[in-house]
Amino acid sequence: MQFEFLLEQVVNGLVLGGYYLLVALGLSLIFSVGGIVNLAHGAFYALGAYICVELTSRLGFGPSVVISPLAVALLGILFERFILRRFYTADPILSLLVTFGLAMVAEQAIRMIWGAAPVSTEIPQSFRGSVIVGDFLFSRYRLLILGVVALVMVGIWLLLHKTSFGRVVRAGIQRPDMVAALGIRLQPHMTAVVMLGVGLAALGGAFFAPITTVHPAMGADIMTIAFVVVVIGGLGSFWGVVIAALLVGVVRGIAIHFEPAAGEASIYILMFVVLLVRPRGLLGERIEKFE
Amino acid sequence: MIRYPRRTLLRAGAAFAGAAALGFPAIVRAQADKIRIGHLTPLTGFLGVIGSYAQLGAKLAAEEINASGGILGKQIDLLSEDSINPATAATKAQRMLEQDGAVVLLGEISSASSLTIMQVAERNKKVFFSTGARSDALRGKSCNKYSFHCDIPNTVMVNAVGTALEQKGMVKGKKFFTLTADYIFGHDLLKAAKVFFGAHDANLIGDELIATDVTDFSPYLLKVRQAKPDVVCCNLAGNQVTNLVKQYAEFGFPYPLVGFNLNTGDAWAAGAGNLSGTWPTVWYHTLANPTSQAFVAAFTKKYGKPPENHAWIDYVTLKLLAEAINTTKSTDSGELIAYFEKQAQFDIGKARKAYFRSWDHQLVQEAYPFTVKPKDQMKDQWDMLVLGDVVPAANDPLETIYPTKEQNPCEMKA
Repeated sequence: MQFEFLLEQVVNGLVLGGYYLLVALGLSLIFSVGGIVNLAHGAFYALGAYICVELTSRLGFGPSVVISPLAVALLGILFERFILRRFYTADPILSLLVTFGLAMVAEQAIRMIWGAAPVSTEIPQSFRGSVIVGDFLFSRYRLLILGVVALVMVGIWLLLHKTSFGRVVRAGIQRPDMVAALGIRLQPHMTAVVMLGVGLAALGGAFFAPITTVHPAMGADIMTIAFVVVVIGGLGSFWGVVIAALLVGVVRGIAIHFEPAAGEASIYILMFVVLLVRPRGLLGERIEKFE
Repeated sequence: MIRYPRRTLLRAGAAFAGAAALGFPAIVRAQADKIRIGHLTPLTGFLGVIGSYAQLGAKLAAEEINASGGILGKQIDLLSEDSINPATAATKAQRMLEQDGAVVLLGEISSASSLTIMQVAERNKKVFFSTGARSDALRGKSCNKYSFHCDIPNTVMVNAVGTALEQKGMVKGKKFFTLTADYIFGHDLLKAAKVFFGAHDANLIGDELIATDVTDFSPYLLKVRQAKPDVVCCNLAGNQVTNLVKQYAEFGFPYPLVGFNLNTGDAWAAGAGNLSGTWPTVWYHTLANPTSQAFVAAFTKKYGKPPENHAWIDYVTLKLLAEAINTTKSTDSGELIAYFEKQAQFDIGKARKAYFRSWDHQLVQEAYPFTVKPKDQMKDQWDMLVLGDVVPAANDPLETIYPTKEQNPCEMKA
């Protein structure tokens, strides 16, 4: 019986990891390609949630959860063109300051538009409750999230590994100078990467809006975990981030099963151990520009 | 491209993310020849949502007092800041008293921060009204002469809800599973709950201590299901409550969810359709009382939304403080304490007047259990709660629901 309970926590951790993945993957992509630690990433997550709540009251949940990330991805174009683009080759402290400042501006903007008090929305009736598969209990809604995450990940993997766009992006991670020498401009690709990254964060926000507190500072809540996932997974590796996100979810679940008080600390211990053994992260590649 | 070590960059990133978590207080500067009053409340973090309401309430009270001539003929200068965490709260409290010349402090929701401000107040011999902290320990073993407690303590919340549950046959012989906020407030609330369970033949079959920054409750909910309780009881605080309520609705467990602590702000944040069960409250904006309704009208007019219970408590506290200063014609700590210890009565917008109990400085007042309105009966998004019968009942003395001297002894050093 104990073992089944533990297994249930492991499976639940995988589901939760899928949601971390949405936010962490974009963070990792933007960092890998542009060399920018996007501290404003959480703001796009929050925007995704707020726009989704706002639209849900008019259009219902289904359309909102699609439109919201698309709208945020469009914002991502402006973000890349007018802000990030100036900092790819600048001292990294500048991009840290700028994205940090932007995160604050975004949080205050949300406060001005939607107020300091949280806004709320509900899960659609058909996704309420839980289903029992074998001995495991799943929230229907989280199964839906898991399905969406899986689809999105397959799509992104195909995009990165089976298209010419993906080849340029992957080459840009390793040797941007070589890409340039071949006469390929990385910047339009970077715009797309940022759109994709912030859009994914917004998708996470939109899906989590019905089951978490939607408040102006919610972006800061998710950033720490997203960072931990990126550090554990290692840079430049799609699978590194995927594995790290799932691992973080599972380790937290197991820790809460055995020693609840250590639940939140466990993911930092995991990061500590991984960095001791593999300073580049689990599947991090050696990237010349970061060495 | 400039070369830079990856780990330096990540370290800097993590440092920034950490700094972001600390938040950025809105600093209101003091002005000369006014009576300064320091107000601290969490505007960020898991209590930030309800703290924002508290700030609005205190500001409205200051404006109204100033419009009607101020205190002792002077205008109030309210310095209201984000208390952030217990250590920062103490530093800011010290600065307000020492450098800004505040004559009295009020505010706070976190019992942990309130405790540190209480110590600062005692050291500086200035009065502090802890408006929103509910831990029994603050009134008991940590009490001091300079600190006054306005919100209902944990024991009262447990008694209010417990009595309502008992009438529904949900206590005797039932198996309870509690989820508890892992800081002084939660520990204290769990203690009060255990006393209640013990006295009413209920069994506590499981408890989980949950860190205040947890946003995902699914692993804990799985443990709840494994324990198969009769009733799940929430001893959480702030955003934790909202997250739990939403995720409990998501999983759709058959065990009823009740709670010994809820602020209306957290209920509103959870939204209609997610919240159910029986909970306690100190005040709600639909309360039929002329003083309360005048406050609700003024607040709604100014801010475009009805006040939350923390807006109310900070509002009435500043009002009763102004009344005390005007009556004693003094801002001297000793005179104010003597005045309150005479158990002066104040109209706080409830059926019965309230007073600070002399031996532990608790504002003795009525409390209410509430249940949740069906969604189709709500007039607007704020009309969520149905207040139950006031506790204690009209014929019983107010103090019957408060801990006695023996239960929660307080020794105030002179």
